[in-house]
Amino acid sequence: MKLSRPRPVMLVWAGVLLVVLGVIALSPLDGQRILREAVRTATGGNAAVYALAAIGLNIHFGYTGLLNFGHVGFMLVGAYGLAITVSTLGAPLWAGVLVGLAASLVLALLLGGPTLRLRADYLAIVTIAGAEILRHVTRSGPATDVTGGVFGLTGYARGFDRINPLPGGRYGFWVVDYSARQLWPVLVGWGLVLLASLLVFMLTRSPWGRVLRGIREDEDAVRSIGKNAYSYKMQSLVLGGMLGGIAGMIWVVQLGSIDPDAFLPMVTFFTYTIVILGGPATVVGPVVGAVVFWFVVQGFDTAIREASTSGYVPAFLGGPEAVGALRFLLVGAGLMLLMIYRPEGMFGNRREMQLDVG
Amino acid sequence: MDGEPLQGVRVVVSRDGDRVGTATSGPDGGWRLALPGDGAYEATLDQASLPEGVAVRDAERATLPFTVSSGQQRTLVFSFGDEPAAVSYLRRMAQAAVNGIKFGLIIAMTAIGLSLVYGTTRLVNFAHGDMVTFGAMVALLLNTSGPSLQLIPAGVVAVASGAALGAGMESGLWRPLRRRRTGLIQLLVISIGLAMILRHVILLIMGGRPRPYHDYTVQAPVRLGPVLTTPRDLVVIAVSTVVLVGIGLLLLRTRIGRAMRAVADNRDLAASSGVDVQRVILFVWAMAGALAALGGVLLGVVENVEWLMGFRALLLMFAAVILGGLGTAFGAMAGGIVVGLATEISTIFQPSELKTMWALIAMVVVLLVRPQGILGRRERIG
Repeated sequence: MKLSRPRPVMLVWAGVLLVVLGVIALSPLDGQRILREAVRTATGGNAAVYALAAIGLNIHFGYTGLLNFGHVGFMLVGAYGLAITVSTLGAPLWAGVLVGLAASLVLALLLGGPTLRLRADYLAIVTIAGAEILRHVTRSGPATDVTGGVFGLTGYARGFDRINPLPGGRYGFWVVDYSARQLWPVLVGWGLVLLASLLVFMLTRSPWGRVLRGIREDEDAVRSIGKNAYSYKMQSLVLGGMLGGIAGMIWVVQLGSIDPDAFLPMVTFFTYTIVILGGPATVVGPVVGAVVFWFVVQGFDTAIREASTSGYVPAFLGGPEAVGALRFLLVGAGLMLLMIYRPEGMFGNRREMQLDVG
Repeated sequence: MDGEPLQGVRVVVSRDGDRVGTATSGPDGGWRLALPGDGAYEATLDQASLPEGVAVRDAERATLPFTVSSGQQRTLVFSFGDEPAAVSYLRRMAQAAVNGIKFGLIIAMTAIGLSLVYGTTRLVNFAHGDMVTFGAMVALLLNTSGPSLQLIPAGVVAVASGAALGAGMESGLWRPLRRRRTGLIQLLVISIGLAMILRHVILLIMGGRPRPYHDYTVQAPVRLGPVLTTPRDLVVIAVSTVVLVGIGLLLLRTRIGRAMRAVADNRDLAASSGVDVQRVILFVWAMAGALAALGGVLLGVVENVEWLMGFRALLLMFAAVILGGLGTAFGAMAGGIVVGLATEISTIFQPSELKTMWALIAMVVVLLVRPQGILGRRERIG
C-alpha cells in the first residue's frame, strides 16, 4: 500500500469553512442570524461540556479502543454526586465535587469489572444498559427523596456562583454577549477543557499511553510482553469516566437545575460523533470536534427554522418536534458517513482507525 | 365484592382539574361516559357513594389518569376489597407470569434476529430496535390512515416490508462495507448512526405521541383460572409460540436453517464445506427484519405504537441475547422468556417503573458468573 503524503490538513478545513460561510451568506435566509446562533453555541458552555466529555471518551474509544456506549452514565453520576451532596445533604461545593469524582470512579469499576475481560462489544452493551439503569433509578418514585425524581434538584450551584471572581457587568465579543454570572461557568468549562487536553497530551506521550495504543492495536501482543492489559484498560476506563463525571458536573452547574431526562443515550452518541468528527486518538480532535459539531448543528437548526418561517420548506418541518428530529437525522447521517468515508475525522490518522473487535 | 357488581357508584371525570362529566355504575357494575375530545383526563371514584363495607383496594388507585384520542374507547378498572393475602399473592404471581410470558415471547422473537445477525456477521446491530418500531409503524399507517386495512392484513404487509428492510440494509449497506474490510467497531458505530436515522424518520412520519391500532384495543377480559386476560393477549401468545416453534423447526430441519447455524457456528468452516455464506447472511437479515417487524406489530397490539418503543425493547433484547448466549438462536429464545418473566414478576415486589432494570441487572450478573450465557459455549467470548 502506498503511503499518502502528509496533507496540509488545516488549510483544507479552513477552505471547507469558507465555502460553508459563503453558502450561508449567499442563501436567501438571514445569514447573520444563523451565523450568530451557530457561533454562540459553538463557543458556549454547552460546547465546552461536550468537549470535556469527548476528551474522556477519546481516551476510551480513540486511544484504548474501548466501546463505552454509556458515557452519559458517567456524566449522570458526576452531576448527581455533586447535586445530591450539596442540595440534599447540605454539604459544601468542594465535597460535592469530590463525591461526583468518586461516583464516576466507582461506576467505571462496576462497569469494567465484569466486561473488560470479554470481547469489546460486551462493554458496549453493558455500558449503554448501565447508563439507562441509572437514569431510570434517578427518576423513579422511590428515589425522589434523594434525587428529586422527575422534578430534579436545584440550588446546588450557589457555592459556585459565590466564588465567581468576575466583576459584574456585561462581557461581549463579536456576536456573543454574557453577564458575569453566565460567563463564569463558561470560562471554567473551557479552562477545564484546556487542562484536560494538556493531561491527555502528556499521558499519551508517556509509556502508559503507548501501552493503551498497543492494547487497541493488538491486545494479545501487549499481553505477551508481560503487561496486564486488563489493568490498563480499567485505568483508561476510570480516567475517561472521571473526565465524563467532570463534564457532567460543569454541565449541571451551568444549567442551575438538574433533571434525569437530560441524561439520554443520545448525549453519548453526540459525544461519539464529536470524537470521530475531530479525529479519534488526537489531542485537539475532541475540542475542535465539539466546536465544529455545535456550529453545524446549531446553524442547521436555525437555518431550518428560518427556512420554514419564510416558506422555503413545508411548515410541518419547522415545528419544535420536527426540528429536533431533523437535527438527530443530520447527526445520525453525519456519524454514518464519517465512519464509512472518513473514520479518522479531521485530524486523525486513518491507519489508527482500522479497528476490529479483539 | 366477590365478583358481585357494584351499582350506583359515582365516578367523576375531569381534565386539568375541571370537571368534564359524571357517570354512575349500572346494574352490571359498568359505566360509560362520552368525553369532549382528545386529551389527558383523570377519573376519580366518589368513595362516599360506595355501599357499606366496600372500600377501594388501594387508596392511591381511586384516581386513575388516562389519555384518549377521538374515536377511541378507554377501559378503566377500579379494584375493591382486600383479598386474602395468600390467594392474592398466588393470583398476582400467576397474572405476572402470564404477562411475562406474553412479553417474553415477543422479546424472544425479536432477539433471534439480533442474535443470528451477530452470529453470522459479528455485528452488534444497534438499529435492530428501530426495525421493530418500523414494523409497528407500517402496520399503524396501513391500519389507521390511508387504506385503513384491517390489522391482520396490515400486519402481514408490515412483516413483508420488515423482511425487505432487513435484506435491503444487508445488500445496500452491510455487504459493501464488509467488502471494503471496514472494522467491526466502525460497523457498530455505523449501526448507531443508522439507528438514529431510522428512529427520527419514524418520528417525522408518525409524530411523538403513542398511538393505538384501530382493531383489538378494547376487549372484555376473560378469566382463566386465577388469571384475568383478554382474547387479544391469548392470540398474541399463540401467534408468538407458533412462530417461535416454526423458526426452531426451520433452523433444525431445513437446509437453509442448518446453513444458518453452520455459518453462525464457524463461518470459515461453513464456507469451505460449500455453504454460500453471503446468501445465508442475506437470508438471516431478511428473517431478522421480518421477525422484528412481527414483534413490533404484536408489541403495538399489547401496548401502543410509539417511536421509541424499539429502542426500549433493544436493551431488553440485548439482555435476552446475552442471557442466552450471544450468537445462538435458541439461547435468544430462552433468554427472551427469562427477561419477560423477570421484568413482570419484579413488579410484584418492586415499583413497575423499575421493571426493565431487573432484566438488565440479571444480564450483568450472568456476565459475571457465566459470560458465555445459559446456552452459549466458552470459545465464543474470546
